[in-house]
Amino acid sequence: QYLTKSVIFGTMEVKTSSNSVRFDKQRCSFIVLIMFFSLPAVNAVWPMPQLISSSTDRYPLSPRQFIFQYASGSSAKSGCSVIDSAFKRYFPLIFVDYLKKTEKHMYRTFSMQPMLNVYASIHLSFPFSVVDKLSVSSGQASLRAKTVWGALRGLESFSQLVYQDDFGQYFVNKTEIDDFPRFKFRGLLLDTSRHYLPLPAILKTLDAMSYNKFNVFHWHIVDDPSFPYQSSTFPGLSSKGAFHPSTHVYSQTDVSRVISHARLRGIRVLPEFDSPGHTQSWGKGQPGLLTSCYKGSVPSGTFGPVNPAMSSSYQFISRLFKEVASVFPDPYIHLGGDEVDFTCWKSNPEVRGFMQKMGFGTDYTKLESYYMENIINLTKTLNKTSIVWQDVFDNHEKVKETVLHIWKGSPAQIQQELSDITLAGYRVILSAPWYINHIAYGQDWTTYYNVQPLNFTGSEQQKSLVIGGEVCMWGEYVDATNLSPRLWPRASAAAERLWSDEKTTSSVTDAFPRLTDFRCRLLRRGIQAEPLFVGHCRHEYEGI
Amino acid sequence: MYTARLFAALLLAVVCLATQEEYDNDILEEGITLTDSQYGSLWPLPQKVQMSTVVFKLSGASFQIVDAKESSSGASCSLLQNAYRRYFEYIFPSARKQGHVKKKTPASAVSELQVWITSADTECDGFPNVTSDESYQLSVDSPVSVLKASTVWGALRGLETFSQLVYEGEYGAKSINRTEISDFPRFAHRGVLLDTSRHFLPIKVILANLEAMAWNKFNVFHWHIVDDPSFPYLSRTFPQLSQQGAFHPYTHVYTPSDVKMIIEFARLRGIRVVPEFDTPGHTQSWGKGQKDLLTPCYSGASPSGSFGPVNPILNTTYEFMSMFFKEVSTVFPDAYIHLGGDEVDFNCWKSNPDIQKFMEQQGFGTDYSKLESLYIQRWVASFTPALKLKQDTVVNVWIGNKVEEELQKVTEAGFTTILSAPWYLDYISYGQDWQKYYLAEPLGFKGTDAQKKLVVGGEACLWGEYVDATNLTPRLWPRASAVAERLWSDKDVRDLNDAYSRLAQHRCRMVQRGIPAEPLFSGYCAYEYKGV
Repeated sequence: QYLTKSVIFGTMEVKTSSNSVRFDKQRCSFIVLIMFFSLPAVNAVWPMPQLISSSTDRYPLSPRQFIFQYASGSSAKSGCSVIDSAFKRYFPLIFVDYLKKTEKHMYRTFSMQPMLNVYASIHLSFPFSVVDKLSVSSGQASLRAKTVWGALRGLESFSQLVYQDDFGQYFVNKTEIDDFPRFKFRGLLLDTSRHYLPLPAILKTLDAMSYNKFNVFHWHIVDDPSFPYQSSTFPGLSSKGAFHPSTHVYSQTDVSRVISHARLRGIRVLPEFDSPGHTQSWGKGQPGLLTSCYKGSVPSGTFGPVNPAMSSSYQFISRLFKEVASVFPDPYIHLGGDEVDFTCWKSNPEVRGFMQKMGFGTDYTKLESYYMENIINLTKTLNKTSIVWQDVFDNHEKVKETVLHIWKGSPAQIQQELSDITLAGYRVILSAPWYINHIAYGQDWTTYYNVQPLNFTGSEQQKSLVIGGEVCMWGEYVDATNLSPRLWPRASAAAERLWSDEKTTSSVTDAFPRLTDFRCRLLRRGIQAEPLFVGHCRHEYEGI
Repeated sequence: MYTARLFAALLLAVVCLATQEEYDNDILEEGITLTDSQYGSLWPLPQKVQMSTVVFKLSGASFQIVDAKESSSGASCSLLQNAYRRYFEYIFPSARKQGHVKKKTPASAVSELQVWITSADTECDGFPNVTSDESYQLSVDSPVSVLKASTVWGALRGLETFSQLVYEGEYGAKSINRTEISDFPRFAHRGVLLDTSRHFLPIKVILANLEAMAWNKFNVFHWHIVDDPSFPYLSRTFPQLSQQGAFHPYTHVYTPSDVKMIIEFARLRGIRVVPEFDTPGHTQSWGKGQKDLLTPCYSGASPSGSFGPVNPILNTTYEFMSMFFKEVSTVFPDAYIHLGGDEVDFNCWKSNPDIQKFMEQQGFGTDYSKLESLYIQRWVASFTPALKLKQDTVVNVWIGNKVEEELQKVTEAGFTTILSAPWYLDYISYGQDWQKYYLAEPLGFKGTDAQKKLVVGGEACLWGEYVDATNLTPRLWPRASAVAERLWSDKDVRDLNDAYSRLAQHRCRMVQRGIPAEPLFSGYCAYEYKGV
């Protein structure tokens, strides 16, 4: 659990008053309520921080004088790659016009603008250090976090506090924020198999994710339609299974670029190699892996799931996963395990023989369990924890120490599933209510916003097993042409649900103006976020 | 048309072998089984196509599009010269202008496309209109192909078709099959409505979509330019309308030169710009810059502070309308202006004591639709004498349920009709909704032939509640393309499998030409959209 603490104040006078509220949480939350009605828009941070109090005192920020600094007591110092690059990234995000203006009117602006004697700097400090350094002539903001990951979240919040008035002058209001996420796992799934997503589309999505404080990129990298992951162990998989062997693949360089881009934004990359179903594209480059389907007594020429009766299948998976485990640093691997169709297995005499040998009778869920147990164990030997779709639990498979991922069902069924899975002691990730590839006319973000992830029957202990949720953007109808506007700001609704306190963010009516503002901010940052409803942004999207 | 079907039956092996391989991986998981269309990537499908298996090559270094010697059009027709350049670049996207080397072309190559305008009046400098002749004949052969059209409008359509016949062969060479095409549109009015009031659309977005319209042989841009939320049209006569009524008086307006640019850009692509200034309802934004134009609503005996539709009982209203529309009709050259007239809410009129009194004087009783009619009549009377505006009214059918009944009623009454109801593209849903738009039959209603003739066409509408520059283009294309084929091609062209194959390739072509047209289903384009 990381903790972000950011205190922003400007003058000596302010410092005293802020000191008095600083650790008084109840009072802070009281202030939040009042502030949001009196100061709409200006102090909107999305997702809503756990505790925020701000006043109408505002301080100008000068892009010429503003600096980020590591606090003297900070355990992270200059040279820390995550923070150094975050400083560089957030400067133009805060001063949106700065780069443009300096190019055009650098000298003119400089000479004509009155010198500002108030400026802010951000002092970053890590545990045990004290925030100080205030001078009368300068305002100062400080941000305290236990880890660099908390600091990233705090920088994002700070950047959202800065606004421009009608004259283009930058301001920040006196604000105090005490923040931490409600759920540890706040994910977003992209599907690069049904359509190939060029690298820039993925990187841009990671940028937008960090603006929304998402922290897991679930990369559904391969599936039936194509296998774009270029494996160094099995290059045939992508050379045969990708839409195109050179233009529609992710090379090892591409993958490491995605991972490092994500890391610098505090985002984990969780790879999914879904099996035994959803593997049609694997079969093209790995003959003998898939089950050959039979029509009567002869092979029909089509293929089914991975052949669970062959030991070669497990040897292959083992070698592939060994590579995957070393390429993707995250301690988790998503193993899929959903929607396994048994008809092909049933048709194959070899598989039937294996069933008999194993004493499974005609219960093919046992065969599926056998397969999943094998690859879960195999994953364990690689020192990785498995995540699997709920089907694996539903089919009563023994899946100790895995995390289950809920993807289907009516609201009542989802609640039941949450109860059942957590009662059995498993950790769980919720996605079913956030299938945002399903589009509809109107403001469907409200449905995503109104989800109550912990609204199910269960003990406190059970509820603590819900580690988070994930927005899924499946790729049947989505590629680089429409991904961004379909994701944002609809995914932002889920982002707030996963980060913020449900009590302070239960109203769609209150969220609407904040999200409308946030969407314009995303646009300003170059994210192609679609409108919530009729209206305009000061700076409209200029692409097509 | 019977002949077109006959032609299809007579065709031999007409599949372009090279493209077949390219799209082999475009696997469909459900619904439609994918087989390549014998018509390659043609969209919308021409009325008559005869394709042979004989393949010619095209070389970017030597191929050119030229005026035929017999053509009545020449170098002075910049509309065509621009189009030649545009289509050359579509066909050879990577060919930079490194000088055109006139090399000796190999035998099986097409070295020239000759464009032959047959009519004495090429209409090169004119504006397209509802009676424009868009028909053309295209004969692809080696070494010379010929595109014959009566006017430039037909030539534009033919150039698009020619560009769609070119594909990349196995070794990357541009190839084209020997082909004979004879083509004309089924409906004269094939429109796309964009709404620039609910969200402002930057010029660039409008231009890009006009470009895409031309690729789909749409010929009307129905510009729903103003409405309740904002008034982005900068009027020379009444500048305060946008000064007060736009989202922003400078960044969110269309200046006269913007409008001119859009009209010219559209004209060069054979597209009419039909502006809509919707009254008496949908006018909230007008009221901000034009005091006393709207009806003050009453709450009991006192004004409530809110306003309703245009106030129909004041003479000043008609004076304003007369002046305003006089400007509009000079700015927009099209013979048609869309007057809106939809969804008039009578509540405000009912609440206003002055209007109540007026109703009594006129003997209208409580029938407020009579007041609305009176408004329209007085509006027309105040306006038409001085102007060339066509007096025949075109009814745009948009009410969703019972469309066919409505069409029957409207055409029975003798009105020319444009159909939009099945094509409200702003209503999105999960899945391949293009099929629904594709299968909608405009003349499916019960009526006489005379009645059916009154349906001059249709429009795909993309209302702006949830659409702006961020999502407009992928939401419009290729869904509007489905409408485009319905309005251009023969009514018997409705095979979904064949359409899927052609449309998937057509959408990849749009992507390659720079328009982010969204995918129909899982699959890929050789050249994916890069403009993230």
